[in-house]
Amino acid sequence: MQNTPQRAVNWSRIVKESLVAGLIALVLFFELVGVRVVDNPGGLGLRSRWLWLLIAVVATAVGRLLLAWRREILNNRPVADLGLTASDSGKSDSRIQIFTRYVAPLLIAFALTLPMMPFANRYIVDIATLVLTYVMLGWGLNIVVGLAGLLDLGYVAFYAVGAYSYALLSTQLGWSFWVSLPLAGLLAASFGILLGFPVLRLRGDYLAIVTLGFGEIVRIILLNWYTFTNGPDGISGIPRPSFFGLPFKRHVPEGTDSFSSFFGLDYSSMHRIIFLYYLILLLALLTNFFTLRIRRLPIGRAWEALREDEIASRSLGINPTNTKLSGFAIGAMFAGFAGSFFATRQGFVSPESFTFIESAVILSIVVLGGMGSQIGVVLAAVLLIGGTEMFRSLADFRMLAFGALMVAIMVWKPRGLLSNREPTVRLADHPEEPSPDLVAEQKS
Amino acid sequence: MEYFVQQLINGVTLGSIYGLIAIGYTMVYGIIGMINFAHGDIFMVGSFIALMTFIALGILGGIWLPLALLVTLLVTMVITAAYGWTVERLAYRPLRGSFRLAPLISAIGMSIFLQNYVQLLQGARVRPLQPVIEGHFILMKSAHFSVVLSYMQITIVLVTVILMAIFATLISKTALGRAQRACEQDSLMASLLGINVDRTISLTFIIGSLLAAVAGMLFLLYYGVIDFYIGFLAGMKAFTAAVLGGIGSLPGAMLGGLIIGLIETFWSAYFTIEYKDVAAFSVLVLVLIFFPTGLLGQPEVEKV
Repeated sequence: MQNTPQRAVNWSRIVKESLVAGLIALVLFFELVGVRVVDNPGGLGLRSRWLWLLIAVVATAVGRLLLAWRREILNNRPVADLGLTASDSGKSDSRIQIFTRYVAPLLIAFALTLPMMPFANRYIVDIATLVLTYVMLGWGLNIVVGLAGLLDLGYVAFYAVGAYSYALLSTQLGWSFWVSLPLAGLLAASFGILLGFPVLRLRGDYLAIVTLGFGEIVRIILLNWYTFTNGPDGISGIPRPSFFGLPFKRHVPEGTDSFSSFFGLDYSSMHRIIFLYYLILLLALLTNFFTLRIRRLPIGRAWEALREDEIASRSLGINPTNTKLSGFAIGAMFAGFAGSFFATRQGFVSPESFTFIESAVILSIVVLGGMGSQIGVVLAAVLLIGGTEMFRSLADFRMLAFGALMVAIMVWKPRGLLSNREPTVRLADHPEEPSPDLVAEQKS
Repeated sequence: MEYFVQQLINGVTLGSIYGLIAIGYTMVYGIIGMINFAHGDIFMVGSFIALMTFIALGILGGIWLPLALLVTLLVTMVITAAYGWTVERLAYRPLRGSFRLAPLISAIGMSIFLQNYVQLLQGARVRPLQPVIEGHFILMKSAHFSVVLSYMQITIVLVTVILMAIFATLISKTALGRAQRACEQDSLMASLLGINVDRTISLTFIIGSLLAAVAGMLFLLYYGVIDFYIGFLAGMKAFTAAVLGGIGSLPGAMLGGLIIGLIETFWSAYFTIEYKDVAAFSVLVLVLIFFPTGLLGQPEVEKV
């Protein structure tokens, strides 16, 4: 440890910064926080709430003060305390690898046993099911965004196609869940191809806006095609899934069995909830397994190659359109599966469930998790969906906190929570990479 | 014929508002290559601030109307610009130089935050404002339809044209405009040549927010009804307009805005109002198939 002289904390600068922050906050909050529009009999009027304004401004100034103070303290640390960046990042990389290796099986074991835990009541299992739905959607979108590198802002459209497919097939034709599920996936995939075909030659952000537009188009059509989708009223009375033909009901027609009577159990409404939980767990794990395997197939490698360098892969004979299209379609297929699950779980679908905000949430789960990281998606889904679900009692503040959380995580960890990505291919006789510590030593 | 002319007038008015917002998108995209999702919400914030300032002036009373409008405009511009600056400072600047999707997600988060912030503080109800600028010319008259050009529509188009002129001069003639174009081309080189890139980017956000503030105020005066959700819809249209015109191109943004405004108006007038957004997006897809970088966008040259 070297003895670097401690610089004094520069208080005048900190205070100045905090005052400036307070002043800006005053400008920002003066009207929107300090005043509220009210309806007076004679037209619109205003009501002041200066106390709120005062609190907001003071809170901003104090917050800035604390941040600046922390920064000064960190800046004044002796150099030896800082830790060298190279060895630091190397360590955290291997830490993440270890984390991923051991935590994944633990998480799966936990997920499998969750409904049997003593604390698992209906509420917990319900939230877990919701989180798993988003995990599955995140994994599905990860194929498109993480592997194929295509920015899709309208992913929820395919989710909607899946949900409406099952809803219509079951209510109009009386098809069962298990028959409709693959069909819903196929339909969603064909929609993916339908959209992808004209637009996949667009680059980056042009593709993003077209997918965003497509998502809106699907929603608007669902909303207005009254004879087919029942418009804003949605489709209700969607049949619940059955356990291989055994319905989860208290009373069944004479001569047939329900789930509980077949297994000689007492009827409980929890059976269906737990069954739905395992169903989505199975679907999600299937998505994960599929992704992990397809990365090792030629098509998966072609996706990643295209993502890294389109020109190089084109010159190596990869057909970019077909490759991107397959990625788009497969991602859409998983959204379709998740959509049918959503429909059967809710028993009701309406266009309201498929707004842009859903696409944004799914995309943020993928990006916040660290693009391409499967475990990261789980962490982000638990944090975002589970976290905001816990605050449901604060209904109004929930989405506010959600937005702030998204910004905060991104600023704190711009590459996502778990940004480490296992290389797909490793040469067998690849010499050991120089250890990060060694690199650090050489640098210093 | 009369009906057509009327729709043309309405379309150009709507298109002007979209164009003003679209410039904010296209400028930010040009300089840091990110889709500023929160820009539509900045427009919405501007609209609310205009509403509140205008009511406050009304309560004070006795101010000559044009003066009141001018004061409202100035206050709205200042506060909205402060919002634009703060959003950039908090959510985008820390992410400069990180990978491409990070600022996008941060922007989506900011957009959700701003929407709910305004909803929480000002309520979710739609608030109608009494028409402020009333009166109109009658341009053409036939037995059953007369073409009306309201003073408000003239104001909107006039304000847009004036702002465009100022803005074009700013970009092409001033030092700030030069710095901005330099950062657009190569921000690293620009910083080596002594341009403060961070400051230029902040100013870009401020200019974009100023234009959005004006658009927000015009929107409020034209429709009289605003809520916390208008930012999302208008923002999406404006962004579509920016892409249609070729993102990064300033005349393109204005042209795209006009096209989107016209498509929407004509589609609602001659076909079904429910599918006007579908029409706008379909035209976007069609245009992008034939002009992959938009109408006036520079074709991207890929170097290996």
